Amino acid sequence: MDLTTFPLLSLILWLPVLGALALFLFADARSIRVTALVVTLLDFAASLLLLPRWTPDGSMHYQEVLAWAAGLDFRYHLGVDGISLWLVLLTTLLGPIVVLFSWRNVTENVRSFFFLLLIQQAGMLGVFLSLDLILFFIFWEFTLIPMYFLIGQWGSGRRVYAATKFFLYTMAGSALMLVVILLLYFQTGSFNWLTLKEAGLDRTLQFWGFLTFALAFAIKVPMFPFHTWLPDAHVEAPTAGSVILAGVLLKMGVYGFLRFCLPLFPQATAIFLPWIAGLAIVGILYGSLTALVQKDVKSLVAYSSIAHLGFVMLGVASMNEQGLSGAVLQSVNHGLSTGALFLMVGMIYDRRHTRLLAEFGGLWRQMPVYSALFMVVVMASVGLPGLNGFVGEFTILLGAFRVNPLWAALGTLGVILAAWYLLAAVRGLLHGPLDNPANQHLADLDRREVLVLAPLVLLFFLIGLFPALFFDKITPAVELLLRDVGPVIGR
Amino acid sequence: MLNYSWLILLFPAAGAVINAFWGRRLGRRGVAVVANLAVLAALIMALIMAAGVRSLPAAAHGRYELTLWQWIGVGDLQVDLALLIDPLSVVMALVVTGVGFIIHLYAATYMKLDDEHHPLDARRYARFFVYLNFFILMMLTLVLANNFLQLYVGWEGVGLASYLLIGFWFHKPSAAEAGKKAFIVNRIGDFGLALAIMWLFFLFGKSAGSLGFHDLFAQLETLSAQNSPALVGITLLLLLAATGKSAQIPLFVWLPDAMEGPSPVSALIHAATMVTAGVYMIARTHPLYEMTPASMTAVAWIGGLTALLAASIALVQTDLKRILAYSTISQLGYMFLGVGVGAYAAGIFHLTTHAFYKALLFLAAGSVMHALHGELNIDRMGGLRAKLPRTYAQFLIGAAALAGLPLLAGFWSKDEILYITYQKNMPLYIIGLFTAFLTAFYSFRAVFRAFHGAPRDHHLHDHAAEQPAGMTRPLWVLAAGALFAGLIGIPAAVGGLFGVEHSHLLEAWLHPVFANVQTPHLPAWWELGLLGASSLIALAGLGLAYARYVRQAGWALRLQRLFSPVQPLLEHKYWIDEIYMAAIVTPLRRLARFFYTFGDQTVIEGAVNGLGRVTAGAGVAVARLQSGVVGLYALSLLLGAVGLLGFFLLFG
Repeated sequence: MDLTTFPLLSLILWLPVLGALALFLFADARSIRVTALVVTLLDFAASLLLLPRWTPDGSMHYQEVLAWAAGLDFRYHLGVDGISLWLVLLTTLLGPIVVLFSWRNVTENVRSFFFLLLIQQAGMLGVFLSLDLILFFIFWEFTLIPMYFLIGQWGSGRRVYAATKFFLYTMAGSALMLVVILLLYFQTGSFNWLTLKEAGLDRTLQFWGFLTFALAFAIKVPMFPFHTWLPDAHVEAPTAGSVILAGVLLKMGVYGFLRFCLPLFPQATAIFLPWIAGLAIVGILYGSLTALVQKDVKSLVAYSSIAHLGFVMLGVASMNEQGLSGAVLQSVNHGLSTGALFLMVGMIYDRRHTRLLAEFGGLWRQMPVYSALFMVVVMASVGLPGLNGFVGEFTILLGAFRVNPLWAALGTLGVILAAWYLLAAVRGLLHGPLDNPANQHLADLDRREVLVLAPLVLLFFLIGLFPALFFDKITPAVELLLRDVGPVIGR
Repeated sequence: MLNYSWLILLFPAAGAVINAFWGRRLGRRGVAVVANLAVLAALIMALIMAAGVRSLPAAAHGRYELTLWQWIGVGDLQVDLALLIDPLSVVMALVVTGVGFIIHLYAATYMKLDDEHHPLDARRYARFFVYLNFFILMMLTLVLANNFLQLYVGWEGVGLASYLLIGFWFHKPSAAEAGKKAFIVNRIGDFGLALAIMWLFFLFGKSAGSLGFHDLFAQLETLSAQNSPALVGITLLLLLAATGKSAQIPLFVWLPDAMEGPSPVSALIHAATMVTAGVYMIARTHPLYEMTPASMTAVAWIGGLTALLAASIALVQTDLKRILAYSTISQLGYMFLGVGVGAYAAGIFHLTTHAFYKALLFLAAGSVMHALHGELNIDRMGGLRAKLPRTYAQFLIGAAALAGLPLLAGFWSKDEILYITYQKNMPLYIIGLFTAFLTAFYSFRAVFRAFHGAPRDHHLHDHAAEQPAGMTRPLWVLAAGALFAGLIGIPAAVGGLFGVEHSHLLEAWLHPVFANVQTPHLPAWWELGLLGASSLIALAGLGLAYARYVRQAGWALRLQRLFSPVQPLLEHKYWIDEIYMAAIVTPLRRLARFFYTFGDQTVIEGAVNGLGRVTAGAGVAVARLQSGVVGLYALSLLLGAVGLLGFFLLFG
């Protein structure tokens, strides 16, 4: 088979959809689970095929173009570059992990649950792979639907409220995006990203285009002050939903900035960058401080996401090699470490059906394997050097320092606070006396649970010790972006 | 030979991994063997590296760099993981693995019991040694780093090890809190290190092409004047980092609490090695400090004042380990004073001798603690000399070395710092000398209160018994160090009396590292006079302690009454913890709560909901959305998208 013409991206994109349809062939829950696992594993394997023949230039790889309608420049156009590559792999990696996690704890409507998970995955992959703006928009909006149902049906507590809020909030953000996409089309006659970024749009359109797109993306990230949908959605979502939300959905916002806002509207970018940096820094400090006073571990992790994504956006706002490459890597890092944190909170919740810190304490005595792994995940999340988070944070902060040392200094304060709120979680969960009778017979992790976490932990070390493997592919794409946009904004 | 130096990291790493995964199956004995062999192998490797550095060609300036692999490469930021092997890093590696090995040996016996003197199961025993080997790995990563970012890896890595080990008895809330406090306070210091690294890269990174120490130092020539504001900023940020790790003003507050960790941890991490990292870093980055005399002065004053402050607190503490903790802070202050006045070799010399006698004191205190079933209050001791003869001898040797009694290890190294300070900064010399007096006093106060006189708690005393040989024997090695380690640094003035040239072996060894640093010298008789003054001061401190605690002399008691007004101030450690709590921690927590309840839940939510209501008023359809019929909305969205597509297909 000739790999150069084989539609690898389409395979990666549509395999989960086929898998979702295949679920209807089975009636028993076990076959459904196995099918979902096999499909997500195959999808991950397919996405790994992107790596061996990757040429480290910043261009779009594995492009597929299919004209849809004559006379209309709307195409089925896929491509992947160094910016989207690792996000695609992150998505396909988290697929089998959440399936395996949900193996036992999803017992109602098993088929619908896995169906939604699979089409959710396809939707997110579509967002990262689309090079046509209409195609992108369809996938972008589509991702809301399965997540809405996942939260609303399988969530906990105020799940309907949380799902509605999630839906309306993010929907409201992107509604106007379509208008701008149409405006762009009327001005340039194209929906094609490659064409549009060369088009040289006029200043006014850039200004309004940036604002509309940025609103949609800022809500998704979420940037302060558009973040209040996130704690509710995260906390009430089932674990698999939280992992996907934090792991991938938020990264769609970051990706949107990198893929669309910066290259399509460079002049507007120049105007708004300081504002993005400012909100990013507020997000870091505000998110960290609010995380500090949470009583529920899951909302602590949720607020920590706001802080972490603040770092990522600070990298974006730095608009230099270190800042942007760091932002891409840190997006992946956050997906891995916060994904792992949500999984671990889920494992506790499955056992105790509570997540209140006050209910726990001294778990290390009872669950040593869980606790040791939790410690590793926390350290990845606080950016301990040698693990993944540090590499991303440091490159981002270094990039920020080059633009404005004050940005870096304020951002680095967030690193101190991260240690504070996460070690407070460790203190509350694992340390202290094991004095709550309800915790005195908790079982440690079983094999399946260890298997769910193991790939993430291995990646913490791999990225932490050998980040060059990842930067090698990210940086050329970032350099290409900077070559186009850098001169416009004077960097 | 030196190209195998990476093995020194592999051994402790392997020890930690083996015990982490198979520790429970190995059993306690197996765990101890693995962990001890790992450190012993690293020690042998350090000795081989020392031999390797000796035989380097002159052109190498005593420096060998070994790249492991490319670490971070983004644009012009290129950082390798690489080892810098030179006389300074070798001395540090020897101290870490040498003292580390003795402490591992001691711990193999000590850790058979948990904090309540029940046998410790193999799983937790293994966990302890995993942490301990991990610490050795990270400390070696720190001292062998050839660049700032890798130094940072070790810097935070040892912080993690410290956190885990302070909190080893995590079921005790005090231990868990102490670990957390140590990590967070250290992170405040790390903030300084991280920013300093970024700033250095900003200044020199592009031209140096890396964050390597020597690559960056080579760029210093481009700066014309001393005290350039940027470099002063960088060196002060580095100083902030050093005050965190080495427990100096203003960040020393974590170290006394760190005594919640098991005694071998206090000895290894919180006395002999990790806390000296700040001193090491300043010595390592001395080319930066040489360019910024203003920062040097700051280092020296922070060191001098910390030495005095901590020594004054140590005077009134009654917990044996806390006395030692404050004395460690005070001794680290001397080291800062040393590197602050440009006496880098003297600072490293004091670091080395201190590693021996302070590790000895902590381990001896551990023996006392085990003998008394966990009691550490010296008010409840007394008369232990007869019960614990070996431990008494060991503690006495350590205390004498700490007090700086003539000819012992601490005497030579402390005096060398004072000798240079005398020439550079008279007020600090007086502070240093006065602190030496306090040091001798509190050292012997501990000795006399714990081991001499009549027992004050007969129950404790009757049940006390000397510890097994597995614990007491390794301490003789440290005791030998406390007695004789000073011989590697006999000042030339003293060597001259015996016709020995180059009697200061350590200075000669470190010469390639500090070759361009000028150390001032006074005539030999003057130096000998200062040595005499230090001796007298130490003996005076010892004498006062003897008069007060052994003789109970009337004048000594009256003297104590004279100072009784300041006693509460010292007992409460100047209320510094309370001040930090009220000035920083509580306001931050309040702010956090305000952000959460007012900012998030009132303002932003209110605005969003208000907006929602306004839109809701605009149409029934939207109002229905608000009531939760989002499923319909989802469907209409999908239909909308399809409709849009159709529109374009038909009319486009």
